[in-house]
Amino acid sequence: MSGNPPGTLAAAWLIARKDLAIEFRSRTAFLSALVFAVLALCIFYFAWDESIIAPADRAPGVLWVVVAFSGLLGLQRSFSIEEHDRGIDALLVAPTSRESIYLGKAIGNFVFLCAVQAVTLPALVLFYNLSVGEPLLGVAAIMVLATIGIVAVGTLFSAMAVNTRMAELLLPMVSLPFFVPVLLNAAQATTRILGGRPAAEAWPWLRIIIAFDIVFVVACTMAFPYTLEE
Amino acid sequence: MLSTSGSLVVEASGLCRTFGRRRAVDGVDLSLVAGESLALFGPNGAGKTTLLKLIAGLLAPTSGTVCVMGRALRSESSSRASIGLISHQSMLYRALTSLENVEFAARLYGLESPRAAAMTALDRMRVADRARTPVRALSRGLQQRVAIARSIVHQPALLLLDEPYTGLDAAGAAALTDMLRDVRRAHATLVLVTHNVDEGLAVASRAAIMLDGRFARQDDCAALDASAYRAAYRSMIVGETPPPEWTMPVSA
Repeated sequence: MSGNPPGTLAAAWLIARKDLAIEFRSRTAFLSALVFAVLALCIFYFAWDESIIAPADRAPGVLWVVVAFSGLLGLQRSFSIEEHDRGIDALLVAPTSRESIYLGKAIGNFVFLCAVQAVTLPALVLFYNLSVGEPLLGVAAIMVLATIGIVAVGTLFSAMAVNTRMAELLLPMVSLPFFVPVLLNAAQATTRILGGRPAAEAWPWLRIIIAFDIVFVVACTMAFPYTLEE
Repeated sequence: MLSTSGSLVVEASGLCRTFGRRRAVDGVDLSLVAGESLALFGPNGAGKTTLLKLIAGLLAPTSGTVCVMGRALRSESSSRASIGLISHQSMLYRALTSLENVEFAARLYGLESPRAAAMTALDRMRVADRARTPVRALSRGLQQRVAIARSIVHQPALLLLDEPYTGLDAAGAAALTDMLRDVRRAHATLVLVTHNVDEGLAVASRAAIMLDGRFARQDDCAALDASAYRAAYRSMIVGETPPPEWTMPVSA
């Protein structure tokens, strides 16, 4: 029964759909990330004196700390579901390129992180009394751009860490230094957007995030096949 | 995806694989033509699974080459469509149902009717009645049947099986043996790793014993006395002196 194996992007989409179906069934990583995000927002809210720093001034920093750490929970799970019964071997013997496995995992992680952020952002608005409207759309756009970079790097390191004995510890240790450029620039851009400044003021920070996204999506896609070597 | 009868399906030359200082596979030469089936016996740690992974392209050889249907699997992803692998692990996703697991594989291989192909494969392994059961709810034996269905859904020209009878009950083992006979009739090539001489000889046209990463001997199954082979193999792997006729050179 000869078939016509799907191309790189079609295979990537199949893998992403499979990962999302698994997460939808179990919801373990999603619920953990969600609980973490809401709890962290709550703790940060009560940790500061409102009369010294206004909640709206704290919001950008809090948002990106929460995004980074809740995202790690999803990234951690990305390759651990392949390791359990060596599902990764079935992917490796299938007529799909290594790059499509990486892209599929990255797409799955991107959707996962966006889903978590879709709950985190309204929670942030609620806790920190932010105005709903145009600035929030701007923040959502920044979140999408930053998530691409976080996912690009995190997916690669998740594949590298999964075969180690300290995967849970190693992933944050190696990923977070790479997340820093994205997080700093995203926080700066968010501060300007939430502060009601013109969008043009946020553009220099967004340019850096876009450059990071392009460089790391390409570099990590090329590097990924080497992480699969035993 | 079946090859023409008589054409070379597997060709390995001087195949070596080391892990640290240990040579798991040490200079193996192997040629298998379409329709041929090789039963690979040997004690634990002899290098059987490593050899299978090298043929499947899951491991890169330290030295030597391996081609399947004239192509290097590791560099050409499309050529991997010709192989099916049954491993020690089920390679299934526990949260998905049996049907979803097999259908996912069918889609990766680009089959025209993935759901129908998946159902056919499950039916062949007599596990179609569990198609909508999540894999985590299946017993070890039923999971193994689904794993086998996943690996044969695209009707590979080369089927690599690592201890496929593990965990199967009598019905599962019979379904597997029937499937392997069908596969042979369709001129597919088999490499079957097993510790059970009877299971191996039941489906193989050639038998080989691996010791310390090398073929200690290879035989044509048609010329073998199964009971003598079983007894001699047992004495060989428990470290007893093999019978005099077993010291003859390895046949080509």
